[in-house]
Amino acid sequence: MAETLTLGKALNHGLRRSLEENDKVVIMGEDVGKLGGVFRITDGLQKDFGEDRVIDTPLAEAGIVGTAVGLAIRGYRPVCEIQFDGFVFPAYNQIVAQVAKMFYRSKGNVRLPIVIRIPFGGGIGAVEHHSESPEAYFAHTPGLKVVTCSNPSDAYTMIQQAITSDDPVVFFEPKRRYWEKGEVELGADLSGADPLHAARVAREGADATLIAYGPMVRTALDAATAAAEDGRHLEVIDLRSLSPVDYETIYASVRKTGRAIVVHEAPGNIGLGAELAARISEQCFYSLEAPVLRVTGYDIPYPAARVEEEYLPDLDRVLDAVDRSFGW
Amino acid sequence: MANGVSDVGADAPAGGFVQLLTPDGERIDSVTTADGTTYSVDFTDEEYRSLYHDLVTVRRLDAEATALQRQGELGIWASLLGQEAAQVGSGRALRPQDMAFPTYREHGVLYTRGIDPIMPFGLFRGVDQGGWDANEHRFNGYTIVIGSQTLHATGYAMGVTMDGKTGTPDGEAVIAYFGDGATSQGEVNEAFVWAGVFNAPMVFFCQNNQYAISEPLERQTRIPLYRRAAGFGFPGVRIDGNDVLASYAVTRAALDNARNGQGPTLIEAYTYRMGAHTSSDDPTRYRIASEVESWKAKDPISRLRAFLTKQQLAGDDFFTAVDESAKKLALDLRERVLAMPDPQPVSMFDHAYPHGSPELDAQRAEFVEYHASFEGSDH
Repeated sequence: MAETLTLGKALNHGLRRSLEENDKVVIMGEDVGKLGGVFRITDGLQKDFGEDRVIDTPLAEAGIVGTAVGLAIRGYRPVCEIQFDGFVFPAYNQIVAQVAKMFYRSKGNVRLPIVIRIPFGGGIGAVEHHSESPEAYFAHTPGLKVVTCSNPSDAYTMIQQAITSDDPVVFFEPKRRYWEKGEVELGADLSGADPLHAARVAREGADATLIAYGPMVRTALDAATAAAEDGRHLEVIDLRSLSPVDYETIYASVRKTGRAIVVHEAPGNIGLGAELAARISEQCFYSLEAPVLRVTGYDIPYPAARVEEEYLPDLDRVLDAVDRSFGW
Repeated sequence: MANGVSDVGADAPAGGFVQLLTPDGERIDSVTTADGTTYSVDFTDEEYRSLYHDLVTVRRLDAEATALQRQGELGIWASLLGQEAAQVGSGRALRPQDMAFPTYREHGVLYTRGIDPIMPFGLFRGVDQGGWDANEHRFNGYTIVIGSQTLHATGYAMGVTMDGKTGTPDGEAVIAYFGDGATSQGEVNEAFVWAGVFNAPMVFFCQNNQYAISEPLERQTRIPLYRRAAGFGFPGVRIDGNDVLASYAVTRAALDNARNGQGPTLIEAYTYRMGAHTSSDDPTRYRIASEVESWKAKDPISRLRAFLTKQQLAGDDFFTAVDESAKKLALDLRERVLAMPDPQPVSMFDHAYPHGSPELDAQRAEFVEYHASFEGSDH
């Protein structure tokens, strides 16, 4: 049954269904219980599933992820909530040194089916540490899978796929899109959905390829709509999975359009865009009409809220990059 | 004797510790701590002899490993020399259903779990990163980042509670091993908080061997480590870590409290690392010979041997037989370590992800193709 839901509510439904379908799934984090999380993503879940399934934890991120490791060894499937992107770093050691490596260390004997949910990105007028895009740190780490959703329908299916997966998954949620609405097929069979690590062509076009993920997919789609008025037909790829990346979908698009522009909020230096540009250059060299361009955050700490609109890639900066690509 | 009221043993640190066997091999019948808990052991003659057997065996295996490292057959070795009693006593206190989370030095605990002692040698030889099944052996993988495993143990213990496996005498308990240095780690303190808040069925077993590589205990703490527990709301007990009987008695009691639903305990096993931190370390740079000598007088094995002799529970024949059996095991271990094959290089791509990764598959294929390109050449 299709319902119109916000992205946040779609995540809530996905989590609820995961809790219903597997009693080994537990949610743990700060304020996820009675409060339902600071963004209300876990709203009502503790009431319906109890304090052993939806666990309000002490205020310690390493503790959240570290105890999730132990629960996973015990056979549970913990879903950790890190309250904000900038608060993940106390858990960084556990994620990178333990979660990412235990399957390898144990020669496949110990699986850690842990999902670490992190609201990320800016645009909400917040104070420091509440608007960051730390995805490259995790995408750089072998042993982790990293995904992000851009719309309510994906939010609903991808969170369930991540929980079902035996891989440890860092699940980034585009917090400024939590309130955007879309159609969601509640209860749909997941086997009919796109695989978790597949990219999706979010809009078809023949003239240039915009590659975006998470909160920037909306921006890229808006840019494509605007460009169409000028007669330029931009293809938009929603990356969805940041590690591994579904390169074949990207290569097919770029071979068709000859132009690629990567858009992300994170600083450009050593970011996802750099890797994508390198790969596209290696694999699509003879198809390219222009160098791969990037539209990203600047290489500064996330700035104060009153200037963040100038920091974040927006429709105009994306269109400016499109112009530069065509001007090559 | 624990909790700050003991005058037991001239060798006890200020504040005392639980000791049931003195360095001279005198048995102390029982010890009652300030909180009214009485600790004792009720071993048969055969069990005393078997404890001695384990202590000697793990020391002999450790010596073999040190030799293998010196001969270039292991990349590194973390010796347990001096800590045999803490490990064998606490390890034998575990019941079969219990789960242990070791550091990288718990070879003695591993042995008491009935695990083939060769299991961790792949890690130290450099042919793998450990590679065993934690649940099969009820013994988690060796954890090298200091203190991280205490959180894993706590989470596992929370799972035990969620599974309804506490609150009965046949319930499950979890033990986390760590050292004095680890007590400074935030993660260890978080584990204390969590274990307390969730009343986790676990024992924090700290082997205070006086040094974190070169740094003495004074660089980690202003108060005795066992007293930290009070601030987290659960009992802390200090034991003579070189007394296998105290190690067994206090750990067994703490584990049983945990399995019965009474929550965590911190045990500080006051001991001494007789060897180097690892084979890469040079302890003569930071500690004096007389200190090491004074701890030799507290040796965990010689005190049990003295007890067995005085009580006429064992004689030379037994001691010789134990030495012989340990030697045989050590030589067998040596043979099997030397026979460990190097892994196939391409196997480095195995087990990065349970569900694999197309990128990794492509890299593996490139790797194979690249190496195949040298076949038949002089390269």
